[in-house]
Amino acid sequence: MSNCLSGNEAVAYAIKQINPDVMGAFPITPSTEIPEHFAQYVADGEVDTEYVTVESEHSSMSVCVAAEAAGARSVCATSSCGLALMYELLYIAASCRLPITLACVNRALSGPININNDHSDSMGARDSGWIQIYAENNQEAYDNFIMAVPVGETPSVRLPVMTCMDGFITSHAVENIELLETDAVRKFVGEYNPENYLLKKENPLAVGPYDISPYYMEHKVMEAEAMKAAKARILEVAAEFAKISGRHYGLFEEYRMEDAQLALVLIGSSAGTAKAAVDKLRENGVKAGLIKVRVFRPFPGEELARALANTKAVAVMDKSEGFSANGGPLFAETRSALYDLKDRPYLIDIVYGLGGRDLKTEDVEEVFGRLAYITVTGETGPVYTHLGQRQRRR
Amino acid sequence: MSAVYDLKREVEKPERLTGGHRLCAGCGAGIIVSGVLRALEKEDRAVIVNATSCLEVSTFMYPYTAYTDSFIHSAFENSAATCSGAEAAYNALKRRGKVEGTVKFITFSGDGGTYDIGLQSLSGAMERGHDMVYVCYDNEAYMNTGIQRSSSTPRFARTTTSAVGPVGKGKKQNKKDLTEILVAHNIPYAAQTAPIGNFRDLHTKSYKAIYTEGPCFLNVLSPCPRGWDYPMAKLPEIIKLAVDTCVWPLYEVEEGVWRLSYMPKKKLPVEEFFRSQGRFKHMFLKGNEWMIEEAQQYVDQKWERLLERTDA
Ligand SMILES: Cc1ncc(C[n+]2csc(CCOP(=O)(O)OP(=O)(O)O)c2C)c(N)n1
Ligand code: SF4
Ligand SMILES: [Mg+2]
Repeated sequence: MSNCLSGNEAVAYAIKQINPDVMGAFPITPSTEIPEHFAQYVADGEVDTEYVTVESEHSSMSVCVAAEAAGARSVCATSSCGLALMYELLYIAASCRLPITLACVNRALSGPININNDHSDSMGARDSGWIQIYAENNQEAYDNFIMAVPVGETPSVRLPVMTCMDGFITSHAVENIELLETDAVRKFVGEYNPENYLLKKENPLAVGPYDISPYYMEHKVMEAEAMKAAKARILEVAAEFAKISGRHYGLFEEYRMEDAQLALVLIGSSAGTAKAAVDKLRENGVKAGLIKVRVFRPFPGEELARALANTKAVAVMDKSEGFSANGGPLFAETRSALYDLKDRPYLIDIVYGLGGRDLKTEDVEEVFGRLAYITVTGETGPVYTHLGQRQRRR
Repeated sequence: MSAVYDLKREVEKPERLTGGHRLCAGCGAGIIVSGVLRALEKEDRAVIVNATSCLEVSTFMYPYTAYTDSFIHSAFENSAATCSGAEAAYNALKRRGKVEGTVKFITFSGDGGTYDIGLQSLSGAMERGHDMVYVCYDNEAYMNTGIQRSSSTPRFARTTTSAVGPVGKGKKQNKKDLTEILVAHNIPYAAQTAPIGNFRDLHTKSYKAIYTEGPCFLNVLSPCPRGWDYPMAKLPEIIKLAVDTCVWPLYEVEEGVWRLSYMPKKKLPVEEFFRSQGRFKHMFLKGNEWMIEEAQQYVDQKWERLLERTDA
């Protein structure tokens, strides 16, 4: 079924097809349309989800935590400050091993307040124990949300999943998209039948203990093991999804990487712009390539190292600052992943696109220009820089 | 429950909060929880929710739970939202034929988790109208973190953050009237109670709260021997004094109708309540007589207003 939908509509439609048991709903730009569209599905009787219009995102995630613990498949959507307000509960959801699915429509964090896209919101939650899957476009946003459900609910995983798409760029732009039949989606996600849950009659359950030192560490190690197990499961689910959709997904996408000497690593919708730049450079004989990271948690470190092993210079493009004074989060992960390579490429970090600052193909070409210069001179220059800001007048 | 309270029948029910929890001896909280849960019909199941508090860390320390029913704790400020999430799951699964029997949803949170940090979550859940009971066990301070003042702490009480010294006079502000705030939500049932005497008041109000459809609220006075500084065996006396001085009046508001549950035969002066606890000791020092006077005036005013509202 081919349709014209915005990213938000596509995700709302995926949720409708899944028909979850419980949804927590609270508005924040740019994710607001997801609960709005869903409210209409509820009003039209197209779903029988318990739709809980809470008074904050903190309560939205609290509702999802309790509902999921009670045995209900639960979902919600948010952005920016809303995700930040959920922060405490994100850790609780993951540590209670509750496979909630959250659509994060990426938006810059306050302050100053700004409603446009960057990745500071979900990057701030990267260590909360949630699986994170990022979309480049509407199609991927739709597909990722559907795949997230069986990934999170797998018994060996049982972790919450955050599917991310870029605010406005993806959430509001209308594109052609292939939708699956609802029956196929329902069959794909199946019934949610957890082994233990609060409402199970035969066996009452207690969730959320005070966990003392003799146990806490064991529980955290189990959580870490689950995150490791998620990697293989994400690929399995992607393979199953390919069978019903014809669309193939990995942990990341390699674009013209076969013989690439210069490469970018980035996340999200900027990949579209970067691919256009790569094509142009290729026409001019530059061996340029691109890696678009799709799964950030669990981080595909070994796989990424392998994919970059034969490059000469790599620019990691971070769409969130991080304020480590040592580069953004994607850079930290990528550099760490490359450490074990015998011959490491030169590596730089470029922080770009904060608060909706546009990334143009010329910008990407400029970055490749820098990489080319580095390979010729052997001089990396400043490793961590920003791109696209106006120069300060002195 | 029949209309008549039969203590014998009630105490014969199996305990839903089992012994072996780690609350201090003489703590009001455990008594309140078992008292409220006793009002559940035997055949009905419950999902119990706690906010982070003395109660929570004492009743569910991994790997042991003191509750025989299903239980969830998630955080300090979200117990009402948590309860509403469990209730939402129940509605959804019931509709889809995936859950059997009657399940009730009951939250227990301290005054800190209710009057202060959890007020938004509570207000939201009450407004949305979930079929749940929210019980605040009110020990008038953040006890779990070491007796800090909350907006429920009464004026002049000494806590570790409302200290007493040459300048400090204990807490500066009067206690927030949370029960009235809940009444203003126009919920079907809100009541103020305490585990007093033969528990009739606590029991009948718990029963009404649990078996009235929609969001219901109980505010229960919960003496804390450590925080209030009194010998633990004195719990029943302290509660009796709170009620007889009208510091903690017992009343209920059912579908908007206010009803006084207990009229003291002889209304006692508030200083008798204050004298029973170390947290008010400085009020009895020479030169501090005005504190007792002002406290008395405040209690009298509130009491008069309650009498007007309840037509008593
Ligand atoms: C967000 C957050 N802030 C602070 C705390 C620390 N904390 C845990 S319990 C508690 C006090 C609880 O007081 P109350 O609700 O009155 O219950 P009590 O322990 O007095 O029974 C505090 C401050 C926390 N767990 N979470
Ligand atoms: S400190 Fe007070 S409230 Fe906490 S367990 Fe002890 S008696 Fe109960
Ligand atoms: Mg308290």
